[in-house]
Amino acid sequence: MPELESKVCKILAENLSVPESQVTPKARFQEDLDADSLDLVEAVLALEEEFGVTIPEEEMEGVQTVGQAVQLVASKMGVGA
Amino acid sequence: MPASTAAVRRVVVTGFGPVTPVATGIEEFWSALLAGRSGIDHITSFDASEMPVKIAGEVKDFRPDDWLTPKEIRRTDRAVHLAIAASKLAWRDAGEPSVDPARTGVMFSTGIGGLSSLLQQHVVLLEKGPDRVSPFMVPMLMPNAAAANVAMAFGFTGPNACITTACAAGSHAVGEAFRLIKYGFADVAIAGGTEATVLPLTVAGFAQMQALTKNPDPARASRPFDKHRDGFVLSEGAGALVLEDSERAAARGAGIYAEVCGYGASADAHHITAPEPEGLGAIQALQAALEEAAEPADAVGYINAHGTSTPLNDAAETRAIKKALGDHAYSTAVSSTKSMTGHMLGAAGAVEAGIAALAVARGEIPPTINYETRDEECDLDYVPNVARTADVRLALSNAFGFGGHNAVVALRRFDR
Repeated sequence: MPELESKVCKILAENLSVPESQVTPKARFQEDLDADSLDLVEAVLALEEEFGVTIPEEEMEGVQTVGQAVQLVASKMGVGA
Repeated sequence: MPASTAAVRRVVVTGFGPVTPVATGIEEFWSALLAGRSGIDHITSFDASEMPVKIAGEVKDFRPDDWLTPKEIRRTDRAVHLAIAASKLAWRDAGEPSVDPARTGVMFSTGIGGLSSLLQQHVVLLEKGPDRVSPFMVPMLMPNAAAANVAMAFGFTGPNACITTACAAGSHAVGEAFRLIKYGFADVAIAGGTEATVLPLTVAGFAQMQALTKNPDPARASRPFDKHRDGFVLSEGAGALVLEDSERAAARGAGIYAEVCGYGASADAHHITAPEPEGLGAIQALQAALEEAAEPADAVGYINAHGTSTPLNDAAETRAIKKALGDHAYSTAVSSTKSMTGHMLGAAGAVEAGIAALAVARGEIPPTINYETRDEECDLDYVPNVARTADVRLALSNAFGFGGHNAVVALRRFDR
């Protein structure tokens, strides 16, 4: 899990063009990372690509923090969150 | 000021930002043009070894992160990167005036738009499927992205549009921005053009039209009006002008390059790519620009020609200039700076209006380089190979686009 988390954070930092230090589990996409809906779609594409998972749009709807995104990826990979 | 009832105002150029294969920034650009330095070289942005044409004008020293944040860079096409750089340079050159955002417009043109972004995503679609296509593809490819992003960069909420008229697009931007201010719809405007389509597909497409030169020698390939010209050199770049109500500019003590005093626009209504052979559409645009300027033909001291270096354009343009100016055509300096910049398509008109403004402001005329052999169809004074000093009170900037779009901008020394 920590390994997955750091990988997700790294990808999010790259895709949202923010320093990795800002991408913490508690960071909120919109308020803290200045990510709009297009950024999130792009970030999800990168996560899907990296982890070989599919994340349907509707499942992203409730995701507001980096930690929630990590959990979502983990559940898709069958890793207990 | 209610627009329609406002008094007609005079409009001046107070800033210029060129981002071109020759140079970036007004002083670097101007001294390079006067020195006759070509910006054309072998293509470096992709492997052109199998391409029918291997040369182009690329803005090689351009670093997007000098002008945009990493996030802005990711979300925009190179055409926007160049446009933002040109606009910021022009705004700085104008002294970063304080403005009413609602009274400040942006007219930013392109010939093609974010084609590179479109092509990259098309590969993604074909190789990985529709679920992998970037959500940024549409805002990156749309031709109006530069106009939108320039407005966002400065917060200008005045009239904003992108006129897409191929190789005349930059001139239409300048002309329409001029009219916005002249008739009171805005007080200040950024007018510009951008293009970033030195790509395998465009090189192939223009080559298939027989529009590109087959001359393999980069610095000598663009040779407008020369007998051995055989096509244009594809280039990228951007240019932006700051246009301003003259009274406002004078009141703030702005440096003024020239007054935009006329704009003529017309259509050939003849053929989708070939110019009307007698230059009738161009003549109409030239005459309209002079009419709006209320200047006689013999007042013209310099014409920055469209001068693409294609056999058809340069002959038709010469005929048009002779028809519009009469005998005075033979005593008018006519140069094509595309001999050095190559053809920046939708950016060309904006950059070249800036060059015409500088010719007026500084009394210097950049040359047509690579002019060696006289063509009987092209018999004007093309300022061959060497810049000259001249007292230019009135200059014209010509632009003629595929589609038969013609736009001529007139620039005059500003006398208060």
